[in-house]
Amino acid sequence: MQLTQRAKQVDRRPMTQLEKLYLWNIAKGMWITISHLFKRKVTIQYPEQKRTFSKVFRGVQILNRDEEGRERCTACGLCAVACPAEAITMEAAERQPGEEHLYKEEKYAAKYEINMLRCIFCGYCEEACPKDAIYLSQTFAQANYDRKGFIYKKEDLLIPNPKEDPDAYQRAVGERVTKPLSS
Amino acid sequence: MWSFSHIANEMHEGLSATFNPTMTLIIEMVIAGVAVIGLFAGLGLVLVIMERKVSAWMQIRLGPNRVGPKGMLQSLADTLKLIVKEGLTPNGADKFLFNLAPFIAMIVAMLLMAPIAFARDFQLWDLNIGVLYVSAVSSIMVISILMAGWASNNKYSLMGAMRSGAQIVSYELSAGLSILAIVVLTGSLSLSDIIHSQADGWWIFKGHIPVLIAFVTFIIAVTAETNRAPFDLAEAESELTAGFHTEYSGMKFALFFLAEYVNVFIVCAIGATLFLGGWMPFHIGNWQGFNHVMDYIPSSLWFFGKTFFLIFVIMWFRWTFPRLRIDQLLNLEWKYLLPISMFNLLLVTLMAIMGWHF
Repeated sequence: MQLTQRAKQVDRRPMTQLEKLYLWNIAKGMWITISHLFKRKVTIQYPEQKRTFSKVFRGVQILNRDEEGRERCTACGLCAVACPAEAITMEAAERQPGEEHLYKEEKYAAKYEINMLRCIFCGYCEEACPKDAIYLSQTFAQANYDRKGFIYKKEDLLIPNPKEDPDAYQRAVGERVTKPLSS
Repeated sequence: MWSFSHIANEMHEGLSATFNPTMTLIIEMVIAGVAVIGLFAGLGLVLVIMERKVSAWMQIRLGPNRVGPKGMLQSLADTLKLIVKEGLTPNGADKFLFNLAPFIAMIVAMLLMAPIAFARDFQLWDLNIGVLYVSAVSSIMVISILMAGWASNNKYSLMGAMRSGAQIVSYELSAGLSILAIVVLTGSLSLSDIIHSQADGWWIFKGHIPVLIAFVTFIIAVTAETNRAPFDLAEAESELTAGFHTEYSGMKFALFFLAEYVNVFIVCAIGATLFLGGWMPFHIGNWQGFNHVMDYIPSSLWFFGKTFFLIFVIMWFRWTFPRLRIDQLLNLEWKYLLPISMFNLLLVTLMAIMGWHF
């Protein structure tokens, strides 16, 4: 059965005396390498240049805010349930009077942690979230000095406040968000 | 004119005016020694970065480009790293031979510098058997490699050294025979005579196809003699970790590394001298105008240009071809190169007797 059109029949004829000298093939090989000298190099100079990601790239999670800068998360725990790697834990707390400018709903996540060493970047948390509070950004290169540093706290995950720092907010949003932010 | 020979003469006259002849000679020797060591260090740095860049470009990469402008200081940084590293001597090693081997490699490379003419009338030692001297001294190289392999008390080192011994001994023959082709044509073993005989055209052009064959044989043989890929069986990273210098570290490793590159430079300089006219500018028969223009380019530039071109060719080989197996390597020498170069030598001799060359 032919699977592709690219299959080539292998030439199994014994080499002739002329071919055994390899001279022609040596010349061919040297032509290939010398022509490489003048080719455009494919290297991307990483820290300065970055490859553009596809729109569906799944990077590090971000905890979203609404347009007034309030946290969207209600600590319902659906993301933690959906998470196949069991990387997410959270603790809920009740919003006190006077905290309306901080949290969107009456309940919020007092503690929200993602263990980045466990996370597999599947994006199920984003799909599970009914409040559009978590999504996967285009940030991807995490580095830290110890394993504890990879358990990301709420401070690490929260998106910058769109009111106080709109530039940083836009950077964090990236091109990844496809859903409308307000709803 | 700021030519090398002019500077050397000025220096000699200046020293002769102040010191007696013996003192002058001693001072000049010291200066020559320092100059050779300086040239060594410079060559090491330049050739290492050149190799890395050439290899990168041939593999469609960029190569080192972070240290210094365009990465040109990379080899300097590497050297600094090697200097501060510990020079470890393994417990089971023969301490004396183990520490001696890299220095022998270096000393051989330094000795080979003596008869090379770097520019017009600029030569450390114009001895009348220059070619013989070069091929004789370069064979001592194998001793340092065998010494390193044996003293390391490591099976990989020993195997690498043994391979290298077999390789150098066999390739010495065809290298010698192809050098002889030029000696036959020139009728002299002195390198300066050989260069002067190429004033009206380089041997590679004057000598027709036989000299071309000798040139190709020479390049292949010296690639093998300097233990470079595709003939780097002595190192063979994939089989013998690093061959004869597996156990070496720090500055002792750096000396081996440097000796390899300096050897490449030397054999390319010899090749350029014998076949491409050394420092002799490119002349075409009776075209006086063209020849005059060529004479304006300094002779040292001609020499280094040709040498670096040959070095590039050898690097080109290295990054194109896969490593040969030991039996293929010996087959190539004994079954092909040696008979070809012997027959070729006959042809060249006939050519020299009948005066068929230009």
